[in-house]
Amino acid sequence: MLGALTIILCCQLAGEAIVVATGLPVPGPVLGMVFLFTGLVVRGGPSVELSQTGDALLRNLALLFVPAGVGVVLHLGLLGREGVAISVSLVVSTLLTIAVTALVMRWTLKGRDGDADATPGRGGDGA
Amino acid sequence: MNAPLTEVWVYLSASPLAALTLTLVAYQAGFWLYRKAGFHPLVNPVLIAVALIAGLLLVSGTSYRTYFDGAQFVHFLLGPATVALALPLYRQLEKVRRSALAILASLLAGSLTAAVSAVGVAMALDASRETLASLAPKSVTAPVAMGISEALGGLPSLTAVLVILTGILGAAFGPLVLDLMRIRDWRARGFAIGVASHGIGTSRALQVNETAGAFSGLAMGLNAVATAVLLPLVWKLFF
Repeated sequence: MLGALTIILCCQLAGEAIVVATGLPVPGPVLGMVFLFTGLVVRGGPSVELSQTGDALLRNLALLFVPAGVGVVLHLGLLGREGVAISVSLVVSTLLTIAVTALVMRWTLKGRDGDADATPGRGGDGA
Repeated sequence: MNAPLTEVWVYLSASPLAALTLTLVAYQAGFWLYRKAGFHPLVNPVLIAVALIAGLLLVSGTSYRTYFDGAQFVHFLLGPATVALALPLYRQLEKVRRSALAILASLLAGSLTAAVSAVGVAMALDASRETLASLAPKSVTAPVAMGISEALGGLPSLTAVLVILTGILGAAFGPLVLDLMRIRDWRARGFAIGVASHGIGTSRALQVNETAGAFSGLAMGLNAVATAVLLPLVWKLFF
């Protein structure tokens, strides 16, 4: 677990350092993800240890958003004043983005390949 | 509060222990309810945890700064978790390679739709300039969105909240929209959720299907990059 965490932190550190040094408009951790991905391709896959550590982090991904979310207490006034505009904008924009992205993806994927598990078994609770 | 209790409180609020424990307890309470509700997307554990902690801070008169000084250790793990998204992505490498063109086209369409529609709707409803700038990057993962918001003249901490609400909305209603549109391809479903609702959508996608989770994680990473590059340019055209 320690070795795997070290690899992940090294990728992030390299990403952050390069972003700061070059002023790239890309977030450091995203660049770190690119590095880890490249490493996996070169090495031909992750070790069992790296898989387990990474999956443990990702299983609890939702928890990691809590501290930033509590920041809502700083903006209760603004949210009260502009709550309607903000709510309508969030709902319309989020659903529209999902619809547009999925439509363009379906349209560009069409006829390119038949993917065996591309059809979900249950439609009701899909991702 | 009597003297010994005050002392305990002063001690606890000076160390990260209390805020960290509170964050974990609140999230697990949220997750317990989420499971009780049969994983209904509206009973979102993040939303419940945020409401519990925010309520507690307001009632006890504790500042967000004090809470975040401790909770930042949880917040910090967002970075390593983003890096770890390379793993599901690698496992889906073959599928990603085969859909490269579709990925690029849907990314551009989704990224622009997210920003332009959010700003357009809020503008039509007379939102302030600050709010518009805070809303624009709302579909991007929190740490990146906060940076973009600041560059556009928005409020980063407001953006963090809007990002999370967007994530919850996408995770809760995205599957319904996709069902209505009869999108059955796990790749398209995951990618659309990831572009619109970043890590919260991705964590839900990962729970449902590995392919959807990988495409959602990919979409989240790509959209962070695309929005960070495109949004400031588009913003300059209009403001």
